Amino acid sequence: MKTIEIKLKINNEDKILRVKINERLVDALRAAGYKGIKKGCYEGSCGACTVLVNGRPMNSCMIPAASADGFEITTIEGLGESDNLHPLQESILETGGVQCGYCTPGFLISSYALLKSNPDPNMDEIKRATDGNLCRCTGYVKKLEAVERAAKKMRGDK
Amino acid sequence: MKDKKTIKNAPADKFESGAPLEHKDNFKIVNSSIKKVEGPGLVTGKPMFTDDFEFHGMLYAKILTSPHAHAEIISIDTSKAEKLPGVKAVLTHKDLPRIIHTTAGQGYPEPSPYDSFTLDKKVRFVGDRVAAVAAETLELAEEALELIKVEYKILEAVLDPLKARAKGAPVIHDEDEARMIIPLAYDKNTNLAAHAEMSEGDVEAALKNSERVFEHTYESHYAQHCPMEPHVCITHLDPNDRLNIITSTQVPFHTRRIVGQALDIPVKRIRVIKPRIGGGFGGKQEMLIEDICAALTMKTKKPVRLEYSRHEEFMSARTRHPQHIELRTGMNKNGDLTAIDVNIIMNTGAYGSAALTVLCNSASKVLPLFNKVKDIRFYGDSVYTNLPVGGAYRGYGATQTYHAIGQQVDIMCREMGIDIIKFYKKHHIKEGEGSPVFQKMGEGKEGVEMKIGSCGLEKCIDIGVKEFGWYDKFNKKRVEGDWHYGAGMVCLMQGSSIPEIDMGAAYMKINDDGSFNLSLGATDLGTGSDTIFAQMAAEILTVQPADIIVYSSDTDMTPFDVGAYASSTTYLSGGAVIKTAEKIKAKISKVACEMMKTTEDDLRFKNGIVYSASKKEKVSFKDIAYYTLYEKNQFQIDASASHITHKSPPPFSAHFVYVAVDIRTGFVKPLEYLNVTDCGTAINPKFAEGQCEGAVLNGISFALSEEFIFDKKGRLLNTSFNDYKIFNAVDMPAVKTILVPTYEESGPFGAKSVSEIGINGALPAIGNAIFDAAGVRMFSGPYTPNRVLAEIKKKMKK
Repeated sequence: MKTIEIKLKINNEDKILRVKINERLVDALRAAGYKGIKKGCYEGSCGACTVLVNGRPMNSCMIPAASADGFEITTIEGLGESDNLHPLQESILETGGVQCGYCTPGFLISSYALLKSNPDPNMDEIKRATDGNLCRCTGYVKKLEAVERAAKKMRGDK
Repeated sequence: MKDKKTIKNAPADKFESGAPLEHKDNFKIVNSSIKKVEGPGLVTGKPMFTDDFEFHGMLYAKILTSPHAHAEIISIDTSKAEKLPGVKAVLTHKDLPRIIHTTAGQGYPEPSPYDSFTLDKKVRFVGDRVAAVAAETLELAEEALELIKVEYKILEAVLDPLKARAKGAPVIHDEDEARMIIPLAYDKNTNLAAHAEMSEGDVEAALKNSERVFEHTYESHYAQHCPMEPHVCITHLDPNDRLNIITSTQVPFHTRRIVGQALDIPVKRIRVIKPRIGGGFGGKQEMLIEDICAALTMKTKKPVRLEYSRHEEFMSARTRHPQHIELRTGMNKNGDLTAIDVNIIMNTGAYGSAALTVLCNSASKVLPLFNKVKDIRFYGDSVYTNLPVGGAYRGYGATQTYHAIGQQVDIMCREMGIDIIKFYKKHHIKEGEGSPVFQKMGEGKEGVEMKIGSCGLEKCIDIGVKEFGWYDKFNKKRVEGDWHYGAGMVCLMQGSSIPEIDMGAAYMKINDDGSFNLSLGATDLGTGSDTIFAQMAAEILTVQPADIIVYSSDTDMTPFDVGAYASSTTYLSGGAVIKTAEKIKAKISKVACEMMKTTEDDLRFKNGIVYSASKKEKVSFKDIAYYTLYEKNQFQIDASASHITHKSPPPFSAHFVYVAVDIRTGFVKPLEYLNVTDCGTAINPKFAEGQCEGAVLNGISFALSEEFIFDKKGRLLNTSFNDYKIFNAVDMPAVKTILVPTYEESGPFGAKSVSEIGINGALPAIGNAIFDAAGVRMFSGPYTPNRVLAEIKKKMKK
């Protein structure tokens, strides 16, 4: 299989990845060690593989890796460290919004994108921003609450 | 050093002992919503799941599946596939020992029929296994499948469960080996996979004497579990040539046993490791893919990874058993239920995984709720068809029967002019009461007689009525344009563990710093069981949950546990954790006495420190660990304990839903959904709420949109999330959970189960709400616009 080299920025680090021409971005990123990105359907309908591509949340299973040359990618690994969690990561643990955790990274990335553009979203906006991230465990209640909570924290509200 | 260990003049009067079990309201760690112990790893995307493991030289497996619902394999030519560069193994039925087994992840002897081979010369549903390939890449494996030439002799298929037992129907399991291994009804020649029945009193006489008899037929439908992580496993040989299986399973120990059986490998040569699981809901209570993956490793001696695609999850994994339920009930003038007669034909699909036990639970988790009824009959056949295979699914038979009985109660109350709230409050089983069904309906054997120890259902109903505003919403005939509004409710029970059958065990040891390892066979599939076990052990040992390092599960490293199913983990394995922690505490006490030269009745535990009340001295767990590991009379403070249960105390729940029905399109919009649930003591209330919410939304999604669509030849057509609709954040109604605490004396810290019960309510409650809104009764799910509209049109014609 023919491979090509792509240069991209992942979580603010310059990276060079050698990818197969038919490889999907999700597989290339996972092969490069970004295991936080999950695969739930491989056809763009579950959102588990959501990453930020040039600031926008996208299903990385639907993007040919070869086309990602020059992209800026943010994955869950770029959000926070376990000893220095992002408010979203902290909040979703506080509200009990993580059950199996398989869809959590994709959900957090979608929420992160929302809060960057809209620091004070209402519940409807939170739902719409995350409706591409399917979850079978939680019934969404505590996940959505976590986004509200994180937004509050990030705004510095009491 | 000595001074460090025994500090004198500590204030003895302020000491407390570790919260004793009888102090119901004095919990420190239990009954609080601490954060998930493995949470930081999960939210930062650390590699924890099966597919995150990498092995050098790992091969990728793919399975060739049947395009036919029922066929014999006349010939398979794998030569071209084998020649494809990069293909390392191709397996067909000719390459494997022919050993019959069941794939159901149940205890031994399994109450499911033995009717499966790892690979067989016959295929019994579209999606059944034909051959397997291992290759250097996934693409090569897929390419190789296309090069396998199979000649089939197509057989007539059984696609209608109601005709499965008809005279002359094709026999799906005509192999000699198929059988039940315990003496239970099984007749492969008439496609009978299992049968369950019970009777109490005289139903016919009771119905005859009733003021009204209600007779309706209900259909509950197929559904897929849809865990976000599909089935996935990696098999490899370790340096000692032992077969290692890393797999996303709810049942690691059963998987070890069944793989050993299916491939004729001694159990001692197999190690099953369960890493983090990405959801299961019963779908992973099955030895579904591990045997074939292992067979490829045995053949190639290489690590092999096998993952189902989402398409394969729908085509080939397990499903909720559809049931055809004929229900007769009687009622007296005063609104008393007089008799219940349930007749079920359950479609188990091509194989009989959980074919008996799901049926048994249709009775045992439902009928006791109505224990005032003296005349009860239950009769169920589980039949083979050439359709997708049923299996364990959250709710496990109860979901199906509540669909029927939950709507029938609404029908009866409406037609007899009875207040459904009053009906449930009067008729439901109460504390101290029993039901003959408990004793008569076990799982493959007799059940266990049981009196209800805790029941908060009446309170659940009262709180629900108030919080939901039941009397402001029910029967109000609110209409806005095409939207008709209505409310429905239902009451539920489930169980906690399989009494006298299932066992869970735990092992614990102390570390240098006074922390503890807690090893469990119990399987956290996302429910949070690792965390609640840390809470339980921490409560007893007066330490923080962070001081308890939980590890589950690994058949080499952790003690046995049946696994995560039957709403058992908290109640069953929790019992083992408590016993183990108490043993540890006793050992610590003994050492503390030795160190402080005092007696046990003088000791007080607080925050991981043991105080002598009389001597005003103290030793920390760390001091004790150093003393026992390095200093004197050295030994490892450790303990293990097993637990079985003698009853299966039901959690209870009342569900209330408010919907709007667009009578022009038949679209049903759920607006509000309230579940009020008694799960005893919630060890971690937020987790318990999360279980309710997840189950409720799965139930709503099942009731309103999830559906298997087949073509005329039995092929499932909608095999992706694009056309099998599961609810997302925008679809959901306002879901609210209220936990009503009770104290179950037989449970750990008063706890009962909570994981399954919530899924049972939506189908009947929404069905009742649709009737309240639009005046049409939905006897078949799911309540999709076309089905609801058809009923509305029928009604308008009348």
